[in-house]
Amino acid sequence: MSEVPAKKKRKFELDPKLAGYKGVWVFVEHEQGQVHPVSWELMGEGRKLADMLGVELAGVVLGAPGEQSRQFCNEAMFHGADLCYLMADDILKDYRNEPFTKGMTDLVNAYQPEILLLGATTQGRDLAGSVATTLQTGLTADCTALTIDPDNRSMAATRPTFGGSLLCTIVTLNYRPQMATVRSRVMAMTERDASRSGRVIEHPLGMIESSIITKVLEYIPDAMQDKPQLAFADIIVSGGRGMKKPENFQLIWDLAKVLGAEVGASRPVVQAGWVDLERQVGQSGKTVRPKLYIAAGISGAIQHRVGMDASDCIIAINNDPNAPIFDYATYGIVGNAMTILPALTEAFRQKLAAVKKAG
Amino acid sequence: MHIVVCIKQVPDSAQIRVHPVTNTIMRQGVPAIINPYDLFALEEALRLKDKYGGTVTVITMGPPQAEAALRKALSFGADDAILITDRAFAGADTLATSFALASAIRQIQKNMPVDMVFTGKQTIDGDTAQVGPGVAKRLDMQLLTYVSKIVSVKAEASEIVVERRAEGGVQLLKTSLPCLVTVLEGNNQMRFASMPNMFRAARHPLKVWDKDAAGIEDITKIGLKGSPTVVSKVFAPTPKSERAEMIEVESGDPRDVAITVLSKMFTRFPVVEKEIAKRA
Repeated sequence: MSEVPAKKKRKFELDPKLAGYKGVWVFVEHEQGQVHPVSWELMGEGRKLADMLGVELAGVVLGAPGEQSRQFCNEAMFHGADLCYLMADDILKDYRNEPFTKGMTDLVNAYQPEILLLGATTQGRDLAGSVATTLQTGLTADCTALTIDPDNRSMAATRPTFGGSLLCTIVTLNYRPQMATVRSRVMAMTERDASRSGRVIEHPLGMIESSIITKVLEYIPDAMQDKPQLAFADIIVSGGRGMKKPENFQLIWDLAKVLGAEVGASRPVVQAGWVDLERQVGQSGKTVRPKLYIAAGISGAIQHRVGMDASDCIIAINNDPNAPIFDYATYGIVGNAMTILPALTEAFRQKLAAVKKAG
Repeated sequence: MHIVVCIKQVPDSAQIRVHPVTNTIMRQGVPAIINPYDLFALEEALRLKDKYGGTVTVITMGPPQAEAALRKALSFGADDAILITDRAFAGADTLATSFALASAIRQIQKNMPVDMVFTGKQTIDGDTAQVGPGVAKRLDMQLLTYVSKIVSVKAEASEIVVERRAEGGVQLLKTSLPCLVTVLEGNNQMRFASMPNMFRAARHPLKVWDKDAAGIEDITKIGLKGSPTVVSKVFAPTPKSERAEMIEVESGDPRDVAITVLSKMFTRFPVVEKEIAKRA
């Protein structure tokens, strides 16, 4: 992004050569037979943009020939797509930069979408950066909001800047497609509707395996059992620097245990080594959207806020009445987290006992 | 083996503050550091040099002050350093930046072939992770992003095997040199600068390249002109329309506070009550 402020209202005419670029595309990312949920989150967002523009929404599936890739196309329709572009080739069985970049750029050149959205995952970022450079177009990373500027039909992409202390809106005026990546869990997942359908357009990759230099020797799945799953947790109890010392963090774990919740943390606590990096919530950590988020001893700077703002209900405990977290929490408690956390644990325990008794 | 490491000088974002009234960035006094993610790339390059021999060249594109970042990199053990600086680069987005860096690396290749280019996975100021892939595409190098481990390098066979972080697992990839590697954080730790290297770094004749020296002829590809993306506005996040409802009880007893907040929450958010009831 260019760090030069632009004029507020620009007179803008799209190059007639680019006027043929129509439609919104969402890259359907998959690995080991699973579509990454971020693709369906983006499909919901893509649907909104396509409706604002009055154009079609398409999914893009690159994968091995067969039933599975077809099924991914169907799922794309269920999540809101009008049609799906399918490139099926054995070469595309596993993600590799070179064939996926060629496949995606060929599709863009052949069918000319005006907007292309990808998940900001290791795969999506690898592909997006390569495709944007090959196509010589603009790409905005890690967007938190996407909309259409009614004045010129261009996409306005908002993202945090300066280490998450401010937001900026970025546009790509005279280049197409306009590309953006969005992190997992930033956009809400839309309802799946299995009655939807749409057409599938197949396009060949046109490469042979021997021409591709990089080979996948093996895929080693992570050991899942001991990895915290913050992104999809319904209840999260988080602690920050206000917990004072690592021993006090046990109070967070105690409450989480009663609630069957995941434990989260703010950046300073992770940097101090009190909890694992996987538990960091915020711009440089995980984005979460639980039904209940309890924040104890977290002041709530933007860096943390962008990671948990979408929670349904936020209870904040802080001894500083001016802590920024009280500006956006649902309920605020000014006080000592070391006495309030055990009281909450006990109150929730009683609630659970009452529910159990009532059957 | 010749490894070029691309680094960037960035403001230490942990120390950036926003002015509470004007909502503008307070840059004064914010120290400039080497992008922390780039240090993992530099250390990995230095380790390969320790193991296989060769040369490590660090480059950066930035204002003249970025010289400090290069001298720091020399003190850690890099052999040579090039500062790519020109007013014409101002306002570059990631596409224009990758064009300039790729041109400079082509110039380096004229003197000594480059086997690998290393970068950090992203910077802490831009956070885009786009420049590495961009440089690889422009140089037609194989791209290996989010590399958590370099398993083996066989220079004579021009072959490298790495572990690459994927979603839900790790890909073991084999490819040919030359390649561009973006190094994942946390798998090594930057060494301390040795006394001889610190002296050498202070005296080292730094190469300073303007756009011509970097081999750039087409100025429509650099700086603001070469940047498809434009920032239309920068703003502070709006506070939510309603502040938190503050829970205060007369007794001041934490138990009463807890019971009050739960009953209020269950009334307003039946979805939370349902979620908790599931756990009974």
